[in-house]
Amino acid sequence: MIEIKEISKSFSENLVLDNVSHLFERGKTNLIIGESGSGKTTLLRSLIGLNEIDSGQVLFDSRDFHNLNIKEKRKLRQEIGMLFQKGALYDYMTVEENILFPLTMFTEQENEEKIYRVNECLKRVNLINSNKLFPSELSGGMTKRVSIARAIVMNPKYLLCDEPNSGLDPKTAIIIDNLIQEITIESNITTIVNTHDMNSVMEIGERIAYLFKGKLSWQGTKEELMNTENKELNDFVFASKLFKRLKK
Amino acid sequence: MKKLLQHLGKYFILLNKVFSMPEKRSVFINQLSQEFKKIGIDSIGIVTIISFFIGAVVSIQTAYNFESPLYPKYLIGFATRESLILEFCPTMLCLILAGKVGSNMASQIGSMRVSEQIDALEIMGVNSATFLILPKIVASLLFFPCLIILSIAIGLVGGWVGCQNTGITTASYLYGIKIDFNPFYVTYCLIKTTFFAFIISSVSSYFGYYTNGGALEVGTASTRAVVYSSIIILLFNFLLTDLLLA
Repeated sequence: MIEIKEISKSFSENLVLDNVSHLFERGKTNLIIGESGSGKTTLLRSLIGLNEIDSGQVLFDSRDFHNLNIKEKRKLRQEIGMLFQKGALYDYMTVEENILFPLTMFTEQENEEKIYRVNECLKRVNLINSNKLFPSELSGGMTKRVSIARAIVMNPKYLLCDEPNSGLDPKTAIIIDNLIQEITIESNITTIVNTHDMNSVMEIGERIAYLFKGKLSWQGTKEELMNTENKELNDFVFASKLFKRLKK
Repeated sequence: MKKLLQHLGKYFILLNKVFSMPEKRSVFINQLSQEFKKIGIDSIGIVTIISFFIGAVVSIQTAYNFESPLYPKYLIGFATRESLILEFCPTMLCLILAGKVGSNMASQIGSMRVSEQIDALEIMGVNSATFLILPKIVASLLFFPCLIILSIAIGLVGGWVGCQNTGITTASYLYGIKIDFNPFYVTYCLIKTTFFAFIISSVSSYFGYYTNGGALEVGTASTRAVVYSSIIILLFNFLLTDLLLA
């Protein structure tokens, strides 16, 4: 599990995260939702030190990330898989090389073993026979799948996803969402998904945290979300006509 | 002034991050060989063309200025050699390589930054600065001197071709390029080149590494890399010449 305690982060004068505390549970898909600019991405990046926090604690199973030295941080990061918004695949490497990369860097496995693991991951994300393609030859959905395959190749304990279905059609988005949830349950990992897509919330949201103007405004399950009295959250969740009708 | 100090501070912090042991030697060697190709082999063409024509023009211009019968003709070969070794090859070529290699480094690293590929490296636990920048610096330090030696050789051939129409015999040109040779000038040339190689690779990588934004910022980083590398090269050219020759 990942626990954050009173995290604050500002850029110059602009306070982006204000005293945020939350517990992301293991074996569950934990969602962070909120409007654009509410601090979701900053929170996710702050968890893993891509943004230095001003104050607070981030505990990865009791290990305070920001108190670790550089070597310990790097070691902890090897336990984290991350799915970036745009995929962040290395464009000069093929699909196979992209997924192989963490194995090459951090394991002493034989090449055959590594290739076997790569194919296993590609099969898991339903993407076989794409080994030799370059990222520029992939569709949006395929890019996300390769990115998931790369994130899980080292059997991470923590999976972080930054808007995993942005820019995808609804059908592909649901496939990606379900894939993330299945992997979370199968491997019993702590998954955090950053999203503002309500379809994702309804599809895979188990524990939901709502950020509003940098503050944790609400937390609960998706069932609780449907009956919330929180005004900002209501305005956010039931912004579309479809969801308004659904509520009625 | 404050901004300059900030840049300097960030530059040295980055260098501190760059010069640490690579995670895996085999991966580093693989990266290094790729950089040898990109930085070195792919630059041979442009270095050859530029050096040849610089050599030719230098010899023609020298011949034009040494028209007086009081000057021996072999001085054209001598002056061409000295100009190429002392200034044209190390400084001019490095300024051109700052444009070719430096902008390439800055835009490559900058694009990786804005598309979150560097963040992805960091998340995996890879020291992104060592992984991306160290091979570039090492490849530059090892290959630039080779390029400059090649450049001197091609420049001298260019000088011989250039003086064909100026009435100087091959024998006197060859005599000129051999006479009164001071080997320290080559040492001086290689010392300068090594400094310039480090400046080009580290300054360009610095601008790429700290790119923030999108495609427009990658372009800006690339331009800055060339401008700042060139200015620092000229500054160090002055300092090193003063230190080594004055």
